[in-house]
Amino acid sequence: MGQAFRKLFDSIFGNKEMRVVMLGLDAAGKTTILYKLHIGEVLSTVPTIGFNVEKVQYKNVMFTVWDVGGQEKLRPLWRHYFNNTDGLIYVVDSLDRERIGKAKAEFQAIINDPFMLNSVILVFANKQDMRGAMTPMEVCEGLGLYDLRNRVWHIQGTCALRGDGLYEGLDWLASTLKELQPSGRATSVGTSSSFYHPAKNALMQAESSQIFV
Amino acid sequence: MAQPFVKKDDDLDEEEEYSPFYGIEKGAVLQEARVFHDPQLDARRCSQVITKLLYLLNQGETFTKVEATEVFFAVTKLFQSKDTVLRRMVYLMIKELSPSADEVIIVTSSLMKDMNSKTDMYRANAIRVLCRITDSTLLTQIERYLKQAIVDKNPVVASAALVSGVHLLQTNSEIVKRWSNEVQEAVQSRAALVQFHALALLHQIRQNDRLAVSKLVTSLTKGSVRSPLAQCLLIRYTSQVIRESSMNTQAGERPFFDYLESCLRHKSEMVVFEAARAITELSGVTSRELTPAITVLQLFLSSSKPVLRFAAIRTLNKVASTHPLAVTNCNIDMESLISDQNRSIATLAITTLLKTGNESSVDRLMKQITNFMSDIADEFKIVVVEAIRSLCLKFPLKYRSMMNFLSNILREEGGFDYKKAIVDSIVILIRDIPDAKEIGLFHLCEFIEDCEFTYLSTQILHFLGNEGPKTSDPSKYIRYIYNRVILENATVRASAVSTLAKFGAMVDSLKPRIFVLLRRCLFDSDDEVRDRATLYLNTLESDASVGGTDEDVKDFLFGPLDVPLVNLETSLRNYEASDIPFDINSVPKEVKSQPLAEKKAPGKKAIGLGAPPSGPTSVVDAYEKLLSSIPEFSSFGKLFKSCSPMELTEPETEYAVNVVKHIFDGHVVFQYNCTNTIPEQLLEKVTVFVDASEAEEFSEVLTKPLQSLPYDSPGQTFVAFEKPEGVPAIGKFSNLLKFVVKEVDPATGEADEEGVEDEYQLEDLEIVAADYMLKVGVSNFKNAWENLDPDNERIDEYGLGVKESLAETVSAVIDILGMQPCEGTEVVPNNSRSHTCLLSGIFIGNVKVLVRVSFGIDGSKQVAMKLAVRSEDPDVSEKIHEIVAEG
Repeated sequence: MGQAFRKLFDSIFGNKEMRVVMLGLDAAGKTTILYKLHIGEVLSTVPTIGFNVEKVQYKNVMFTVWDVGGQEKLRPLWRHYFNNTDGLIYVVDSLDRERIGKAKAEFQAIINDPFMLNSVILVFANKQDMRGAMTPMEVCEGLGLYDLRNRVWHIQGTCALRGDGLYEGLDWLASTLKELQPSGRATSVGTSSSFYHPAKNALMQAESSQIFV
Repeated sequence: MAQPFVKKDDDLDEEEEYSPFYGIEKGAVLQEARVFHDPQLDARRCSQVITKLLYLLNQGETFTKVEATEVFFAVTKLFQSKDTVLRRMVYLMIKELSPSADEVIIVTSSLMKDMNSKTDMYRANAIRVLCRITDSTLLTQIERYLKQAIVDKNPVVASAALVSGVHLLQTNSEIVKRWSNEVQEAVQSRAALVQFHALALLHQIRQNDRLAVSKLVTSLTKGSVRSPLAQCLLIRYTSQVIRESSMNTQAGERPFFDYLESCLRHKSEMVVFEAARAITELSGVTSRELTPAITVLQLFLSSSKPVLRFAAIRTLNKVASTHPLAVTNCNIDMESLISDQNRSIATLAITTLLKTGNESSVDRLMKQITNFMSDIADEFKIVVVEAIRSLCLKFPLKYRSMMNFLSNILREEGGFDYKKAIVDSIVILIRDIPDAKEIGLFHLCEFIEDCEFTYLSTQILHFLGNEGPKTSDPSKYIRYIYNRVILENATVRASAVSTLAKFGAMVDSLKPRIFVLLRRCLFDSDDEVRDRATLYLNTLESDASVGGTDEDVKDFLFGPLDVPLVNLETSLRNYEASDIPFDINSVPKEVKSQPLAEKKAPGKKAIGLGAPPSGPTSVVDAYEKLLSSIPEFSSFGKLFKSCSPMELTEPETEYAVNVVKHIFDGHVVFQYNCTNTIPEQLLEKVTVFVDASEAEEFSEVLTKPLQSLPYDSPGQTFVAFEKPEGVPAIGKFSNLLKFVVKEVDPATGEADEEGVEDEYQLEDLEIVAADYMLKVGVSNFKNAWENLDPDNERIDEYGLGVKESLAETVSAVIDILGMQPCEGTEVVPNNSRSHTCLLSGIFIGNVKVLVRVSFGIDGSKQVAMKLAVRSEDPDVSEKIHEIVAEG
């Protein structure tokens, strides 16, 4: 009986749409990740002055990924892409120890934006193939993820050039959203709809807060 | 049966009134714009919303900063859609919103991607938008793509890049100029639009290089231009080249004329018209050259397309002013155009006919015009009135019918500008046609009986005061004038009082009766009116204490105010109430550079009711202030004239020096304005050593050095000379700049202790006769001329030899004399063989001088000149002749 329901759910919610905004400091590797996911190749990229938007199909979920440039002058414009967003992918250059503080500040600003309060958070600790890179744990520490309360988050070590970890990250996103959305919890805040059930939210949090390294 | 019919009609009406944009309102549309955020975009609906937003913007609706930002970022989200129609709307929206630079940057990468997309439509539009929002750093990044786009095989893309180039040339000319090769290739394109845009851009790139433009025209007129639009451009550029080359080369075969003529046989009407117009606008066009152009224009007159008829008649109208005979062939066609549905065409037809018509056809034309006047707008009527005025001046014998016509339309309804045009015309006709005076004055009197415009009433009253007393029966005007005192507002009453006084002064028989009327005005409720009445009563009563002789009274009433009003106004402002009364002689009389607009309107030559020309005086004031602040010069007396600055160095040399000559009665002061253009130098003890060996009558009295001249901050040094009092001595002076130069450390800005003496040769300067002449205009040259004693007149004739053109000779003579041209006579009409120029000025010693100089030119370009000079002093008249003989 439960199986049957699951199937029914899948057929209804199977081909889901999900809007994701991918942010991070400049030269973190956002555009490379986007096109690795989109066409499976590594393109030579230039610093993004503006944004790229592509659709990525993965396991019945259609991700619309907004990759907004990370240059200093573009960061004030990030917030315009927050509303109606289900998830945040925050990309960190694991090699860039000097700017991890800066990365944390920007990260905290994003997730505390009213429009982002409900969105799930996926952190890509990129460039894991390089020697001397921070481990995902260190990145976690650096961004202050452990101090987060009432948020659904996940960190994933990646190497965009080889594609390592990218799909694992999407897996987590897809399954988390599948769990959250049917249960009636809003993952995005739009200009028109915003549901927020603190009690339910806390429950969910307890269930799904897990760290994969 | 009737019911359904009515209903159907109703439906039809509703359909007609329905507009897709009916009832669009900003707030609602902004709400609708939320669909841009939808996860599932509906491209069609989004396009509709953008259409509405664009509509609002085009209607002049403005968005607040917040609204614009919100809409802009919402629109950027539409880049996720692959719908081509929607993308096009997105481009439009970004262009129209033109968001601030820090926001618009967000679409850069999307546009750059689209610029290299496979979809041509994306490429073209992305180029246009990107160029609109780009800055120079970004431009260098995308330059490569733009160059490729210019030679793209898709014409839409190439045109987009070329047009963007035209826009970018304003801001980033250096970069665009590098595209020359690609643009040149695009000129050869088979696509009409690309050729057009490429030619326009190529010309703009080269526009400052005359030789390059000439080369461009030479190569293209050989016939590789297929696009009609490009052909039109080429014709324009060609006539530009012709214009410029004709200045250098002597007469002979006109270059490129064959090309223009061949364009008259082009299959596109647009090209034919452009060529015809270009030919008619050639300077010094001959009737042989005109004929083919006029022929094609004549064909256009009977075209079924209104735009062609309009274009043709408009051009013919212009031609008719200079070559009326060439246009007479078209008279029949033009007469049929008087009934043209389009009133602009009809008006032009009428005015053209007025220019080309002969004496016998005047009456018939006037009849046609009378029928026509009632159904055109005021601005057209003004055109007609002006045409009639010039016609009347051409055929003075016909003044009666035209005066009648003018007085008829004066009685009809009309706005101020229209009425003013009529009144001006009547006044001019009265001045120029003596027979028309009485009838004209009578019409004006009738008009002021029922005139709603204070300005016109006062002007007419003033004119009446000058002209009325000279008529055979002045008494008949008094009634009209005194009616004003009873019936009108204070302004008009005041001028009526002045007019009455003028009659009283001129016509002795009327004097007692005028006195009665003036005395009644003493009880007027308005201060100004009472003041004027009192003043005039006192001046006119012969044994009164205020006025002196009879002459003085008349001079006071009729004499022109010989100071420019602007100067008078400034002087009065500066005057501080004290025991010393205001002295009108202290007002500077120099008229500084007249505003260009005034010179450009020869049609309204100030012979009408215009005020005397006046101009800004700030420069004179500034000089006067500067000089009076220097104690050494205070003994020189009142400044007579300051000449405009004259450069003594080549541009872009180490030191820039110009000189201003200040003329006093017994002294001349040279003011050297120096600028040091070398940042590493500080100049000290700057003086100019003047060698006056070629100026015998001058002796140097003092030099005022400039203590320090740092980089880029101008300073002045002065040298003063003594010369015989009141004599227009002339001479040549050579100048040597002397100074001590000190090195300056650019880092600290500190100068060395030690300096080196150095000198720098400047160009020579001259004191010429024109320096002793003040440019002072007179409002009515004829009156002023007659008021000067004919005994002081000196006339002589001069042969000037072969000259380039009449216009050039006229301006040369004006320059030599340094006098103010009056009544627009400095403008020589094209092709005229003779010209009379009226000049006025004040010579040193405050002597008023008027010059009437006539020129004639014959076929071999020999110019003869007749110079008549009247002045208050016969010696000065002689002097003027000497000046001309020497120049």
